Amino acid sequence: MDAFLGQVFTGLSVGSVLILIALGLTFTFGQMNVINMAHGEFIMAGAYTAFVLQDLIGTDTSLVVALPVAFVIAGTLGLLLELVLVRRLYGRPLDTLLVTWGVSLMLQQLARDIFGAPNVQVRAPGWLGGSLHLAGATLSYSRIFIIGLVVVSVVGIWVFLTRLPQGARMRAVMQNRQLASCSGLKTHSIDRLTFFIGSGLAGIAGVALTLLGSTGPTLGTNYIVDAFLVVVVGGLGQLRGAVIAAVALGLLNAFVEFSTEASIARVAVFVAIVAFLQFRPQGLFVMKSRALT
Amino acid sequence: MKEASKLKKLWLATLMVLAMLGAACGQKAGDTSATGGTSTDDGDTIKVGLLHSLSGTMAISEVTVRDAEKLAIEQINAKGGVLGKQIEAIEEDGASDWPTFAEKAQKLISVDKVATVFGGWTSASRKAMLPVFERNKALLWYPVQYEGLEQSPYIFYTGATTNQQIVPGLDYLKGQGKKRIFLVGSDYVFPRTANKEIKAYAQANDMEIVGEEYIPLGNQEVATLVNKVAAARPDAIFNTLNGDTNTAFFKEWKTKGIAPDAMPIVSVSVAEEEVRAIGPEFLAGHLVAWNYYQTTDTPENAEFVKAFKAKYGEDKVTSDPMEAGYVAVHLWAAAVEKAGTTEVEAVKRAAAGIEFAAPEGRVTVDGPTQHIYKTARIGLIGPDGLIRQVSGSDGPIKPDPFLRGYDWAKGLT
Amino acid sequence: MTALAVPKLGTLTPWKRRGIFLAIGLVLVVVAPAMLSGFRLALLGKYLCFAIIAIGIDLAWGYGGMLTIGHGLFFGMGGYCMGMLLKLQEAGPGKLPDFMVWSGVEKLPALWKPFGSPVFALSAAILVPMAVAAALGALIFRRRVRGAYLAILSQALAAAFAILLIGQQGVTGGTNGLTNVTTFMGYDLNDPVNQRSVYLLIAVCLGIMYLLARQIVESRYGRVLMAVRDREDRVRFLGYNPTTVKVIAFAISAGMAGLAGALFVPVVGIISPALVGIVPSIEMVIWVALGGRGTLVGAVLGALVVNYAKTTLSEAYPAGWLYLQGLLFVVVMAFAPKGVAGIAKVLKERFGGRKVPPQPVSHQPAEAAEPAT
Repeated sequence: MDAFLGQVFTGLSVGSVLILIALGLTFTFGQMNVINMAHGEFIMAGAYTAFVLQDLIGTDTSLVVALPVAFVIAGTLGLLLELVLVRRLYGRPLDTLLVTWGVSLMLQQLARDIFGAPNVQVRAPGWLGGSLHLAGATLSYSRIFIIGLVVVSVVGIWVFLTRLPQGARMRAVMQNRQLASCSGLKTHSIDRLTFFIGSGLAGIAGVALTLLGSTGPTLGTNYIVDAFLVVVVGGLGQLRGAVIAAVALGLLNAFVEFSTEASIARVAVFVAIVAFLQFRPQGLFVMKSRALT
Repeated sequence: MKEASKLKKLWLATLMVLAMLGAACGQKAGDTSATGGTSTDDGDTIKVGLLHSLSGTMAISEVTVRDAEKLAIEQINAKGGVLGKQIEAIEEDGASDWPTFAEKAQKLISVDKVATVFGGWTSASRKAMLPVFERNKALLWYPVQYEGLEQSPYIFYTGATTNQQIVPGLDYLKGQGKKRIFLVGSDYVFPRTANKEIKAYAQANDMEIVGEEYIPLGNQEVATLVNKVAAARPDAIFNTLNGDTNTAFFKEWKTKGIAPDAMPIVSVSVAEEEVRAIGPEFLAGHLVAWNYYQTTDTPENAEFVKAFKAKYGEDKVTSDPMEAGYVAVHLWAAAVEKAGTTEVEAVKRAAAGIEFAAPEGRVTVDGPTQHIYKTARIGLIGPDGLIRQVSGSDGPIKPDPFLRGYDWAKGLT
Repeated sequence: MTALAVPKLGTLTPWKRRGIFLAIGLVLVVVAPAMLSGFRLALLGKYLCFAIIAIGIDLAWGYGGMLTIGHGLFFGMGGYCMGMLLKLQEAGPGKLPDFMVWSGVEKLPALWKPFGSPVFALSAAILVPMAVAAALGALIFRRRVRGAYLAILSQALAAAFAILLIGQQGVTGGTNGLTNVTTFMGYDLNDPVNQRSVYLLIAVCLGIMYLLARQIVESRYGRVLMAVRDREDRVRFLGYNPTTVKVIAFAISAGMAGLAGALFVPVVGIISPALVGIVPSIEMVIWVALGGRGTLVGAVLGALVVNYAKTTLSEAYPAGWLYLQGLLFVVVMAFAPKGVAGIAKVLKERFGGRKVPPQPVSHQPAEAAEPAT
């Protein structure tokens, strides 16, 4: 029983990190048809932000400070990417994939040159050191913190999308770009906002990841593939879809891995996703559209 | 008109191919055959290759070994070099990618014509390079502890083999009364082979292996693994994880709140550099098995640590593989001096029986196995990040890569 | 949308084309082996294997509009099929390959047994990737999911395959892969004469694959394939089944990658998961992108030039190479999506002083036209 609970917890915490990463991807993919392979490097940027801040202001407060700072830094990187490159590529989703992959190569090398090839460590603040004992399972405070952080972020995004005018505009562009444009919305500035928020969330994910492992130039690449799978399963531009798909993926992976081994779990998850797409090729939730394909 | 332009384009294409061939030939100067790579005495310098991962997941570890090797080369050059010539190091990046190691090894041998190569960390990279060195009859010095069961005539192994590290580690656990062991490792040849040996040892010594788990190199998602280990309630954990996974593993393990003396983790790929990187607070109280620590008390070591810090910075630490890399360069230089040439077969003959006052104590090259005699040391990681010896062998142990001296290992080879 | 559809070489007279093909062939088959050292010739052989993959990817992506980031998978399958054969030949009858001995495997796994037969292994090297590609393609294309999904799913599959290979060390050699391949069909690969023969075999295979691809894109089928790329829905309305058209091209493309993998093993002597995962798969696409998708010559040149640059530049400036690779990629894809072949064309037209209307660059008009949903 305690192992079962432990695995549920593990699956939830893995899934919650995926939610943060996948949200940005699903918005940029859903709204702009951009497959952003450099998204992983925004995670890395967030993680290195936490690392730099820890040296500047000490470990007790740096983590909390790092969250908004990483959001802004990663968001700004995303904004730059949009301004310099991505906007030239609208309508060519496959090309955006390759271009942003080139960007990701360069950002990784840049990180290597700035911070060195070896991974660096971010020390967790003392108050996240222990763990909670519940029904025989140990739930570490750092993972509880991550789950809480994700819940707060998701609720924040939900409020933003449904209650604020900017969010309503974002949804409008996502649902029907031409109509939104005809209605007088400045779709391009809304695209930029989407890119900023999506990339910023990846930065927060990066800070969260420093609590679990070490930070290196290739940190993001380990998560990007899974995050894309979450997008595919959840449906493009779908907040609910991303949340459910990420948690499902996390739990599935955790339980298959627990009963078999890590490599089998990866394959099992992949097979499950391809099978799932046979039944719901557009993912869990579909945006209503009159498009032909 | 349109046709003509297509035609031009194709000629352009042909020209490009020709240009590439030409460029390739340009580099061919002095590159007479693929199976040369032995004699480099003719120039003013003697070239040696340093082939480590300067990028990728293994860079954290391998860069430090490269630094130690460069220190040794600098020291030898300061004393006049070998055979009256300066040593010139040519560095290549293996990029944590095993086929790249093979390709770069071939390049060092046939294009740069190096006298020898010092390189590798993971057994995967060694296994990839081995055929290259055997094919070219060239020499590799491999400076890291490994799983044994190998003995290439063209490799010198200056790290520990199984009976100088893992077996003493197991003996220590047995002496502490630990019966139930959990094996965790990275998913590649060293941990899998090492665990095969550990299982044979356990069977013969009334110990029980309660679990065996592998994680791909570079993977940092270890929560499930840690849950599995904790659920099995072993007496001790034998850890053959390599690289960054160690960080995630020890961080996650700490949250379980199990005291290190109740359930110690014995690591064989965690040394001072990794302790510093992961953070001593996660590791303090756990055990490691090596042949050398920064705290090892010999005059040679005091000098080595001092020289290393002088060259690379006061905050640097020294570790076992670094020391083994440093020793490898000195042993090679001594063998070349003795042979009077850098010719591979002569150096190999000369190397047998060579002694060197190494930071870990006196080491001797064992001619038949091309391994070296090393002292086994079990260390306890302290809260300051340094490792202190808690137990050790009486003197240097004779290398026994195929474990021929152990009855329990009969079925392994 | 018409600009891209016509194969670039289609306007040359057959004799001129044959002449040029023979000239390049002569360079690769006669001049290169005579001029290059064994080490350099082996490198060139490796590049030629990569060029075969590039032709296949160009067929799927350049002509069929299917961006695959999973060709490392097919390359790896071909490579492992060949590697298993060669390891078994080397070990001799009744013996185990070296890595099984140190992995603690006592009996030859059932998966390995049929690979002792050269006929089986060689056909498997091509047919297994084709079958997997056909199955994956059918599952994805049948449900008409977006073009980008193939990219995402194929890269996930490549990643999963690489991890599976690493995890099953006793059967696959783990992260090392199959190393130390020293014989090929009983011939010693250390012998320079045999090395040269292997190289020639690769060069000939590249020639055949090039001609095959040429035939395909110029055939009726090739035209339908390009039509599917440009407007899949219209082709469907005309009564074709786009799924079949795409699956065929995707499978052929995978078969070529498998063949390249099989040829790669004897020339490099190693096949490992590091050559299979996402990064090598994307690199394969880069060759085609830089060379120029939609032109077979561009794809071949792209593979040769990029790999040559990688070898020489990464020797000289390991860090600089990664910047350059990324930058090249960004610049070419963002500003010259037709690759070097496209740039060469534009330059020539500028030089000729002729006014050519700017050409649309999109390869995914279907999706471009689609309202961003």
